[in-house]
Amino acid sequence: MSENNKPQQVKKLDLAVRSALWLGPLKSQAKASGKKGSQPKAQLGMLKNPKGQLVDVLVAKGRIVSVAPAGSLDVQAAKEVDARGLILLPSLTDAHTHLREPGQEYKEDIASGLLAAAFGGFSNLMCMANTRPVNDTASVTEFMLEQARKSWPPAVGVGPRLYPIGALTKGLKGQELASMADLKDAGCVAVSNDGRPVESTELFRRALEYAHDLGLVVIDHCEDPFLAPAAGVNEGVVSSRLGLAGQPDIAEAIQASRDVLLAEYLNVPIHLAHISCEKSVAVIRAAKARGVDVTAETCPHYLTLTEDEVAGYSANAKVNPPLRPQADVEALLEALADGTIDMLATDHAPHAAHEKEVEFDQAPCGISGLDTALAVTWELVRTGRLPFDAFLRAWTTAPCRRFGLPVCTFAPGDPADFLLFDQEAQWVVGPDTMQSKSKNTPLLGRVLRGRLKAHFLAGKSIV
Amino acid sequence: MQWKHKDLLDISQLDADEVRHILATAAYFREINSRPVKKVPTLKGRSVVLFFAEASTRTKTSFDMAGKRLSADTFALAKSGSSLAKGETLKDTALTLQAMNPDGIVIRHGSSGAAQFLAERLECSVINAGDGRHAHPTQALLDALTLSRHWNGDFAGKTVLILGDISHSRVARSNVLLLTMLGAQVRLCGPRTLLPPRLDTWPVTVFSDLSKAARDVDAVMCLRLQLERQHAGLLPDLREYARTFGVSPRHLAQAAPGACVLHPGPINRGVEIDSALADSAESLILEQVENGVAVRMALLYLYLTRKSPDAAQPGIPA
Repeated sequence: MSENNKPQQVKKLDLAVRSALWLGPLKSQAKASGKKGSQPKAQLGMLKNPKGQLVDVLVAKGRIVSVAPAGSLDVQAAKEVDARGLILLPSLTDAHTHLREPGQEYKEDIASGLLAAAFGGFSNLMCMANTRPVNDTASVTEFMLEQARKSWPPAVGVGPRLYPIGALTKGLKGQELASMADLKDAGCVAVSNDGRPVESTELFRRALEYAHDLGLVVIDHCEDPFLAPAAGVNEGVVSSRLGLAGQPDIAEAIQASRDVLLAEYLNVPIHLAHISCEKSVAVIRAAKARGVDVTAETCPHYLTLTEDEVAGYSANAKVNPPLRPQADVEALLEALADGTIDMLATDHAPHAAHEKEVEFDQAPCGISGLDTALAVTWELVRTGRLPFDAFLRAWTTAPCRRFGLPVCTFAPGDPADFLLFDQEAQWVVGPDTMQSKSKNTPLLGRVLRGRLKAHFLAGKSIV
Repeated sequence: MQWKHKDLLDISQLDADEVRHILATAAYFREINSRPVKKVPTLKGRSVVLFFAEASTRTKTSFDMAGKRLSADTFALAKSGSSLAKGETLKDTALTLQAMNPDGIVIRHGSSGAAQFLAERLECSVINAGDGRHAHPTQALLDALTLSRHWNGDFAGKTVLILGDISHSRVARSNVLLLTMLGAQVRLCGPRTLLPPRLDTWPVTVFSDLSKAARDVDAVMCLRLQLERQHAGLLPDLREYARTFGVSPRHLAQAAPGACVLHPGPINRGVEIDSALADSAESLILEQVENGVAVRMALLYLYLTRKSPDAAQPGIPA
């Protein structure tokens, strides 16, 4: 890049972040610096990635100008940030959240959800349509987007961006197609019946076809609607002992099979939400090998927690699909590393404390995930269980490319959306450390390692 | 024995010594129950709430009688007459009851885990009288007392067949734990549609054929078949169920000499148990009911006096 060769030509830099540890490759190596021998050695800690180096990030007009070896560019910016000891990461994208507004603002609203996103490290948030009313009309979409803009601090003028997901069927009832063209024009980036799987395969087929004409990817919550639906606990050793009606993993895999066969037959794309088990991984892997345009996500809780979390009738561990045995956790990690599972998403599903503090079978399903996702998944990288490039792909490029969202890859011209992260900082998950209105997570009270220290969006500090 | 547990939620909390102590204490109260005057002042001044959020006749009456025979004050609360029916949460009902300072709450509830939910929030003792499909420890203990008397206290080498709807049965879950702890072998038999998942992780042998399952067993424990299972698509009809899984004198003839039949009640005559067999000499069903009162007296005594060993009466096992 010519700017890198001649940094003196950059008239005005708005932000320079100095000496952050970057573990990926550099897209704009400052070839002309001629100081290769004097590059500072990075402190890699326990990370297995050998490519780490200290870099400076230069930003102008909300965009990346250059990411270069620390000290190699002798320029001053209006704002200088010392990032020594901190890891540089692009902001994350969450393709699956429930922000509850309109309708259930006591659980979460768009402002509190976006605040949790800012502190959780997310610049892009896709939110599901199961609000009250359902996001099946342009006016609901427009309302959501307006609420998002209003949530940004006026002094900063920017905040995490909201990308609503429209309903696939009217009212999510699974009977008539939603007005998807209206939804797209209003700003929806995908369509989904998440939370209420479409029972009719015929209607689902038509929805796939109709959405494809509009360039919208259908996101499917894979769950056979008749096979022990929404139990919130895996059918297995734990459910058997506790006397709870469990949901077998095949409830997900059967529907995933249906979906990829439909997508293949119709030659349309499909995205499978919150994949939780090895059997679904096998379905996706085989479909990809045949060339089906299928992408899939899994969630931090499926990579780190098992069905044992439910053992004390802990309603905070009740989630749909349910937490599975350890063998599924291992299969998901492998699938995420090899790209069978493309992306990570939180399935952030806030519920008020009083809704969870009831009999297990009465409690709603869902885990509040925006506040903990980064630390939980970084721990997998830090301990060598998830490759850094898979982490990066899963939280940034994969969702952004699938749904057409802006992404920072640290190439010149990319939006300057990035984080500074202290991988050693420990914190206790609790009301004081979470921004989401709802604290329904099985991690409540546990110590996590790794804390976001700064978050820049379009080059502006939002945390 | 200094009783260390605040609550009785499931058999898994107890060890074999504690179980034997409960059974020995129950045997003492069983003797009291045979006297002309059956009331003792052991729990005078203490109060027990009987909180039955699910229909029950014998368990509720049994606890009520057990409390009254120990001179405790018992207060019955049914779901239909409580604020639960008005939409109050279990937590709020629990806190309200707690504010009245009972010494113990006996809970029957349709949700698995409800007794633990209550116990985690209350200072008083919580006795689980059946929570969903999870546990029914007092039933298992009264079954154990019944079998113990029948077998002179020796469970080693004995085989018990639990028959019927295992999947939905808290009685089966608690009995598997308790019978195994006491040294008996447990067999399960029922249609696959009424068996829980992952029985390979249970300490049992599973049969799908009742004729084979009943062979050489020392006791058959029938479970009540909830009639709505047919409509849930788990069974074709009751006639076929009775023909394939109903226990009859023919099955008992294949069992070990002296084998007995138990049933937690209420029974469906002609469905899970042959009517004549229920009334036969081999049937211990009514003795189970009698032992139920004694076991619940023992439990109320142990749990409600755990902090005041001076409440012990002469004759009660120490």
